[in-house]
Amino acid sequence: MTAIALRDVRLTLGDRVVLDKITLDITAGEFIGVLGPNGAGKTTLMRAILGLVKPSQGEIRILGRPATRGNPAIGYMPQVHGAATLARLNGWDFVASVVDGHRLGLPLMGKAGRAEIERALDRVGARALAQRPLAEISGGERQRLLLAQALIGRPHLLLLDEPLISLDPRHQAEVINLVKSLQRELRITVLFSAHELNPLLGALDRVLYLGSGQAALGTVDEVITGPVLSRLYGSDIEVVRLKGRIFVMSGGHELEGDGHRHDAGSSHSHRHHHAQSGHA
Amino acid sequence: MLDYDFMRHAFAAATIVAVVAGAVGYFLVLRSQTFAGHALAHVGFTGATGAVLIGISPLWGLVLVTLAAGLGMGFMGERLAQRDVAIGLVLALALGLGLLFLHFFTAYATQATALLFGNVLAVDVETVWTLLALGAISLILLAVISRPLLFASLQPELAEAKGVSLRLYSVLFLAIVALTTAECAQIVGVLLVFALMVGPAAAALQLTRAVVAGVLLSALLAVVEAWLGLTLAFYTDWPTSFWITALSVAIYLLANLRWPVAIRS
Repeated sequence: MTAIALRDVRLTLGDRVVLDKITLDITAGEFIGVLGPNGAGKTTLMRAILGLVKPSQGEIRILGRPATRGNPAIGYMPQVHGAATLARLNGWDFVASVVDGHRLGLPLMGKAGRAEIERALDRVGARALAQRPLAEISGGERQRLLLAQALIGRPHLLLLDEPLISLDPRHQAEVINLVKSLQRELRITVLFSAHELNPLLGALDRVLYLGSGQAALGTVDEVITGPVLSRLYGSDIEVVRLKGRIFVMSGGHELEGDGHRHDAGSSHSHRHHHAQSGHA
Repeated sequence: MLDYDFMRHAFAAATIVAVVAGAVGYFLVLRSQTFAGHALAHVGFTGATGAVLIGISPLWGLVLVTLAAGLGMGFMGERLAQRDVAIGLVLALALGLGLLFLHFFTAYATQATALLFGNVLAVDVETVWTLLALGAISLILLAVISRPLLFASLQPELAEAKGVSLRLYSVLFLAIVALTTAECAQIVGVLLVFALMVGPAAAALQLTRAVVAGVLLSALLAVVEAWLGLTLAFYTDWPTSFWITALSVAIYLLANLRWPVAIRS
């Protein structure tokens, strides 16, 4: 069964065409790694699947139906940028705000609502976490809570927008393993966007690589090749494989490292500079 | 103290307004929109003085103009938040216009102080009933939209994806804030609306982790501050607004002091 089908889709933000003439099918139950440089349209594509961005051309179908806003079949984990005032709240209330969040009324939780929250929290191993204020939990723990939020309403499809941003490698691996187990156990389709391919290599079924308004969907071996990526980046790209890891190089610089730019620390700044210059 | 009619009216009015301001203020602080409350109060000053000029009650002038401004701000949405200079100028113009209206109506010079700094001891029975009606409208509206409002405040992107209209709730909420501001102005004046709307809510956010408890605590703190303020004003003969503001700031500071202790225990 097809979870997501795009037919000749064009997505625009203002006057800018982000993606054009995109046709692809994602099978139900697949784990898709969504990759590509900043501004390639990873977030826009997810927003289009959610029905928040209407294609200016073509059609998007989700589980056989046209994409519409408020589709309960989709769980979504947006990129994190919490306001400071929210940090005082505990994780439970944060997750609970999603339950029937679109319905009018007081935010009081019935038995069913509480059970739903507990189920989602247990799924991601965050039951104990939820009692603590958001200010006191780590980045990896916060991602667990956001995942629990995305699982409320038992979606068939999970859209995860850059869940690895600002996590160290160990916590990255934890998040990926958690998502992988959710995909397997709940037979959920996962779209997982990231800046780096390597952490995802063991988890993903296929790669959706975006760039220059185009998209390439296929296995790692099909998509992560010099010719395909050269087309997507619009420049000469070399793919180097080393000890099970894959490096996407342009003019001698690695391209995918720029996910680290979002790190809070400045220790990577030297490396950023290189990754940046690789783009130019 | 309660033998006097004016004190009973003052207590009734302050209680009504404090409950509403505490509850609405909690969401205002949660949404980082406290500046909006301040801005609406300033704009309300123009409405109140304009109303006096054309011969209607300043309260209705406040209500109508803040409501219009609140709706306007809600519709402009995000764009407005990034225009500090424009907002600042509009606020200055609003106060300036208010002053001009007062100038045309010099007979009521004391009206200016009452509007700017509040005069809760002058509240009559009729105003108490009006405040009760307005307060009930604000609270009922807030209760009706509270769940989607909370969702939109905590996780806007996800709320949007789930079909919650961020714009709609922003507009509705600012309308509620506008009503509440107009009410607060009756007690503490347009310049000190922060004391009732933001102080208790910010303290409650420091002291609680759950939303429902936070809203209740915020309302409770506001009521306590209003009652204590009135009582102190009665016995010291100092202005009520001073006492309420002082208590609001003191409780906020205490809440901040308490916070590290709460973590350790």
